[in-house]
Amino acid sequence: MNLFDLTANEILKKIQCSELKPSALKAAIIERNSLVNPKTNAFIRTPDAVTILNTDGDVLPVGIKDNICIKGHLTTCGSRILDGFRPPYDACVVEKLRGAGNVIFGGLNMDEFAFGSSCETSFYGPSRNPWDLSRVPGGSSGGSAAAVAAGQVVWALGSDTGGSIRQPASFCGIVGLKPTYGRVSRYGLIAFGSSLDQIGPLTKDVTDCALLLNVIGGFDPRDSTSMDVAVPDYTQALTKDVKGLRIGIPKEYFIDGIQPEVLTAVNKAIEVLKGQGALIVPLSLPHTEYAVATYYIVATAEASSNLARFDGVEFGLRAMPSVPRKSSLLDMYEETRAQGFGNEAKRRIMLGTYVLSSGYYEAYYLRAQKVRTLIKQDFDKAFNECDVIISPTSPTTSFKIGEKMDDPIAMYLSDIFTIPANLAGIPAISIPCGFDSASLPIGLQFMAKPFAEETVLRAAYAYEQATPWHERRAVL
Amino acid sequence: MTTFETVIGLEVHLQLKTKTKIFCGCLNEFGSAPNTNVCPVCLGLPGTLPVLNRRVLEYGMKVGLALNCSINSFVKFDRKNYFYPDLPKGYQISQFDFPIAKLGFLDILVDGKEKRIGITRAHLEEDAGKLIHDTVNACTLVDYNRTGTPLIEIVSEPDLRSSQEAYDYLTGLKLILSYLNVSDCDMEKGSLRCDANVSIRPLGQIKLGTKAELKNLNSFSAVKRAIDFEVARQTTVILSGGSIVQETLLWDEAKGRTVSMRSKEQAHDYRYFPEPDLVPFIIKSDVIENMRQSLPELPQAKLSRFVSAYKLSTYDAGILIQDQSLADFFETCAKSYPDTKKIANWINGPILKEMNERKLGLTQLHLSPLNLVKLITRVEDGTISNIAAKDLLSDIVLTAKDADVLIAEKGIAQVSDDAALEKIVDELLAQNQKTVQEILSGKTTALGFLVGQAMKKTQGKANPKKLNDIFTRRLHHA
Repeated sequence: MNLFDLTANEILKKIQCSELKPSALKAAIIERNSLVNPKTNAFIRTPDAVTILNTDGDVLPVGIKDNICIKGHLTTCGSRILDGFRPPYDACVVEKLRGAGNVIFGGLNMDEFAFGSSCETSFYGPSRNPWDLSRVPGGSSGGSAAAVAAGQVVWALGSDTGGSIRQPASFCGIVGLKPTYGRVSRYGLIAFGSSLDQIGPLTKDVTDCALLLNVIGGFDPRDSTSMDVAVPDYTQALTKDVKGLRIGIPKEYFIDGIQPEVLTAVNKAIEVLKGQGALIVPLSLPHTEYAVATYYIVATAEASSNLARFDGVEFGLRAMPSVPRKSSLLDMYEETRAQGFGNEAKRRIMLGTYVLSSGYYEAYYLRAQKVRTLIKQDFDKAFNECDVIISPTSPTTSFKIGEKMDDPIAMYLSDIFTIPANLAGIPAISIPCGFDSASLPIGLQFMAKPFAEETVLRAAYAYEQATPWHERRAVL
Repeated sequence: MTTFETVIGLEVHLQLKTKTKIFCGCLNEFGSAPNTNVCPVCLGLPGTLPVLNRRVLEYGMKVGLALNCSINSFVKFDRKNYFYPDLPKGYQISQFDFPIAKLGFLDILVDGKEKRIGITRAHLEEDAGKLIHDTVNACTLVDYNRTGTPLIEIVSEPDLRSSQEAYDYLTGLKLILSYLNVSDCDMEKGSLRCDANVSIRPLGQIKLGTKAELKNLNSFSAVKRAIDFEVARQTTVILSGGSIVQETLLWDEAKGRTVSMRSKEQAHDYRYFPEPDLVPFIIKSDVIENMRQSLPELPQAKLSRFVSAYKLSTYDAGILIQDQSLADFFETCAKSYPDTKKIANWINGPILKEMNERKLGLTQLHLSPLNLVKLITRVEDGTISNIAAKDLLSDIVLTAKDADVLIAEKGIAQVSDDAALEKIVDELLAQNQKTVQEILSGKTTALGFLVGQAMKKTQGKANPKKLNDIFTRRLHHA
């Protein structure tokens, strides 16, 4: 087996019994990157010995999405407007990773400001799916998913606002977890939708997912929305035992329009879990159909405000028109933002500005917040009847690069099953559950109530250990 | 001719003097070198998050309670979105629909009668940075030291009817705020800023006229002048058949007039929405109650107590309560000296004069209450004259020396010893026979000459009252 195919858990064991030297691993990873990054474009900037930030004793190469701040290291959110921006501080999760023996590899590609489901809106060019380089790796954490699937890093961090960890994990055949809102500090995560964003692990298997969550979880006084809830050892949840676990099947997630192979794979997964002693509970989450609309109001509203700071004054790109138009200040604002943001970012800033505008606020933003409460209540009720909810992660497997770029609505709908967990703030995981006829990975999603990460990990691990999907590697 | 009524509402921005800023740990300090009290959070760097300074909330509650407001136990912040280079995040964190305090009042005196001015609301927010226009290099620089300084904005009801009422409201407000010790209240340093909403309407009309918002008011007297100017302008416009346009005006102090800054059409749509980075929370009612209990005695209450407990005139008490340190000083003196009127006279007279001349606060003068009482006592027991005592006060405030020590050092104890004085009087009477004759023939003013001579002989140490008595006695028994 190649060193770059090992999971973090396997590496740690090998190092412990001196079968592997950290330096050998690091060399293998660097070699792997120089070989495959030109194909995947997972890293915006190919990591080399100069950009790798580590100290002695750091072992595990971890990839960091380009919207998580690394002190002194380019952090650009896949956008031109942050060209040249080097944060003077580390994100909370980066601090924690450094303290836990990780070698930091920054600059994993992403949709610009995490606006997208395909990694195609990055200013630095799209990333490609390691299973089929003509296809997207998903998004927005497409670089993170592609890098893990291609063995460019051992594991990676992404961020998930409406499915941005889980959908790319699904497309790339790996494990991706969006923790409970408040489980992981957002300090140092460049905000998209502040009330939805959550940093989470993208890993080769469920064990690594639990290990990485152990490192990054926990209260941070610098993030008022992080919760002071104890972090258990999540590996303790990996018992293979799902006997009596009540698995809810929401009818709204098994609908027409889902790729038939996806539906088949998920139904088979349900059978596997049933065979392991899980109880199946049919249920309804009646407000699911409003989730996408609600999300695109709340998320864009917050984004329009969060992105106001990219104005050319303090950091990043500053541009002036060649012919003066208004005042020099307005000229600078307009030209900087016109040149600095891509089309999708502009579209979302305009949407968000519109829904917050005087006279429209009540009809859009306020109503969306009310519907958000209803969606959350759907889940509250459902979790009285079941312990974990199962669904496809995405209605389809990976699509071709360019296929949906001219159809934003079709693109938005690829997050239809992942968005509700963000609106409700609940933990959700995507794990591989098969391959379609084009040999593209299919993802299975588990959701549980707030701070029940152990429950999703327990269900995911039991299923994973009963199936071979997590052992397959993309060939590059 | 139509008589118009002036309607004014004031918005006061007050910087709260907490040790650190409202959402980060940077020092909240005026006058530091540019961009030294800054960190990633107050610079609004990508990825940073605000954390509310607990002290700011406490100060906000104090201000609200002192202004008789009800406190919103539901604490929530909102984003006010607009672009300006002094606002690094592109939005200001403020409070929109749940201000920390609402529906209070402040009483002012109008023509000797109390008038109640409503307080609409007081909300917490962060201050912006400061733009410095470099005219030499034709560029604008930003100093972010002020960014994130905690502010409370106090909005009054449109209850004020003249520029004088506005002035008195501001004075009263500032006094209360100074008692709370939550702000420097210094308009020159910008720790207290005021905008005025001004409109006029025909007397008797209920409906409010179209208002203009006056900005750039740099002192209370500027507020007064700007309002007077604006009222006159609006009156002229209406009388000449025009109508008032809702706009924001800048007061030009040097030219003594207002200039238009922006019209209503150009007004910002701030797109307020709840700040998702700060989670709303509830203040427990006992916390609010404890805060109410811990408020200091406020000026109005102190005034009433000084009048009733110390039998002071409203005028004297009114001066004392203008400065909390004066009031405290007075009370300490009153504990060891019964004549409170005399203490008040000393504080409101010579001591205030010393403070004003030296531009120092009472606490900066080296005067202890006990030393003042000693000084007053020495005048009373005839050891020194009133004039000598005032001179002595000037020495004390500089040196902190004990009054008795200074009297001894300077040898200015009055000569009240009858024998010594009688000897001098006899000598003088013998030497000035002509004057004696004049006095005896009715020209009593000539006595002053003799007393003056006696003072000269004693180098001013003689007790003049005593001299007068002896002269009179000797002359009439001669």
